[in-house]
Amino acid sequence: MRDAFIAELLEMAERDPSIMLITGDLGFGVLNAYIERFPRQFLNAGVAEQNMTGLAAGLALEGHKVYTYSIGNFTTLRCLEQLRNDVCYHDADVTAVAVGGGFSYGQLGMSHFATEDLAILRALPNMTVVAPSDPWETRVLTRQMAAAPGPKYLRLDKGKAGLTPDESDVTLGKVRTIRDGAALTIVTVGAILSEALKAADALAGQGIDARVLSVHTLKPLDPAPLVAAARETGAIVCIEEHSTVGGLAGAVAQLCLEQGAAPKAFRAVGLADLYPTIVGDQNYLRSAYGMDAAAIAAACRAAIEVAA
Amino acid sequence: MQQAPATNQIDTRDMALAIRRHAVQMTHLGKSSHVGSVLSLADILAVLYGRVMAVDPADPRWADRDRFILSKGHAGAGVYAALAERGFLPREQLRTHYQNGSKLSGHVSHKGVPGVEFSTGSLGHGLSVGTGMALAAKRAERGNRVYVLLSDGECDEGSNWEAIMFAAHHKLDNLVVAVDYNKIQSLDLVSNTLALEPFADKWRAFGWHVVEVDGHDHDALFAALDVPAGGRGQPSVVICHTTKGKGVSFMENQVLWHYRTPQGDEYHDARAELGLTGEGETADA
Repeated sequence: MRDAFIAELLEMAERDPSIMLITGDLGFGVLNAYIERFPRQFLNAGVAEQNMTGLAAGLALEGHKVYTYSIGNFTTLRCLEQLRNDVCYHDADVTAVAVGGGFSYGQLGMSHFATEDLAILRALPNMTVVAPSDPWETRVLTRQMAAAPGPKYLRLDKGKAGLTPDESDVTLGKVRTIRDGAALTIVTVGAILSEALKAADALAGQGIDARVLSVHTLKPLDPAPLVAAARETGAIVCIEEHSTVGGLAGAVAQLCLEQGAAPKAFRAVGLADLYPTIVGDQNYLRSAYGMDAAAIAAACRAAIEVAA
Repeated sequence: MQQAPATNQIDTRDMALAIRRHAVQMTHLGKSSHVGSVLSLADILAVLYGRVMAVDPADPRWADRDRFILSKGHAGAGVYAALAERGFLPREQLRTHYQNGSKLSGHVSHKGVPGVEFSTGSLGHGLSVGTGMALAAKRAERGNRVYVLLSDGECDEGSNWEAIMFAAHHKLDNLVVAVDYNKIQSLDLVSNTLALEPFADKWRAFGWHVVEVDGHDHDALFAALDVPAGGRGQPSVVICHTTKGKGVSFMENQVLWHYRTPQGDEYHDARAELGLTGEGETADA
């Protein structure tokens, strides 16, 4: 996804001289082509994310379309107040790009796990929150986000769903229906869609047809497909490589309740309000912390039992 | 190119006195804090808005205007007063400061207030944003300057030093910082909290051009602040030695007047010292 984002940004920068990419001293080997081609549309702010984000707001208010780039929580939580006060309150056209959503950097330890970012960024007024599920989808959404002014967060993942590219199926702010089904609905955000699809396959083998929805735009949240899923399938299981507090599950639950479409059963699969204390690759940690295909399928079966 | 309206008709000493009078009345009516902070920087604001900066009340978003960010947002009443004196907003609007439903928040906000470049309130934000604005002006080859007014206590914030390094590295000589160095912060003297000295040497070591002035001497302020946008190859800082509470004797150099609001006899005494006659408008008891 990271390379897909940079490839798209390269093409956009060619057409739009207002684009400015600012890194917090990360992106070794990844940003070279961009830097060589657009030296005047690139800045390394150094290891100083608060200044990077304030600087980005200043540039954006003077007409630039700015991207701040770093890994994990460094473009978000490290400089959260700059995002809140300088970027969001001023509705500045700044996109905070985080490489390494969830457990992407699973071996690096807790500091590098982005597992509360969706909840926290979603709480900021004016902020659009996007987490693609595939590299090709990243390119499509990067392009669409560039056309939407204002503050944005782009969460990039090492994993990928592995779906066939279909640009016509991707619209910023719209939920994608990946698979139809009537027994229950699995709702995902980001690349962990791959585990949800494996779980849906396993469930299908047991005669359970799960609907699968991919929420690449967590904010603003597209209500209609989620409300319809709650009404039509009766059970909703939310999957996120993220805390179960305040992220996808929180957003979907609030939406369904406010729309008078409470599902009979609801499950939140994700990180259970804790900090991981072991390391491993992304797949290992998904298993260790109960959000792999097997855990998702188990949550789905439990939800169906409740809804029945 | 649009010409900014002439500013040489403005007597900045009159303007500074007007800002001080507004500050005392606004903090009285709003029962609000920070009157000492506003009195401290009234002269800096008057010289900037009255004489140094090219701004146009008829076109607050004029592209070539000089930019000003009050990073010490708690002294926002001073900016609102300066903008009212320059015709950006009606003077009568100042009395709404701090009141229910008002756009004039205690910490300076741009929403619905023409002339406010940027909203602040949490310390350590303004300089990074000003740095971005200065860099954008360079990239666009615009000749405007960017002024950022910091407090001394605010220099405790590490984000400022990130921006100070960045601005020097990128040779942003269209960026001018003024520090309102009144030596008093929220709870105590700066020297008892986190010592800034040797303050000027710190800025020099970070690659800035440093000037120290009496922050109440208008000619000295003008000479230090009215630098051309470019040519020096380094950003400038004007360390303004000021007196917190300047202009009201019993508020001067008193930590108390960071938070205390002028009411009762203190309000009447402050009005008298600033040459305001009569009782004026008074806050509800």
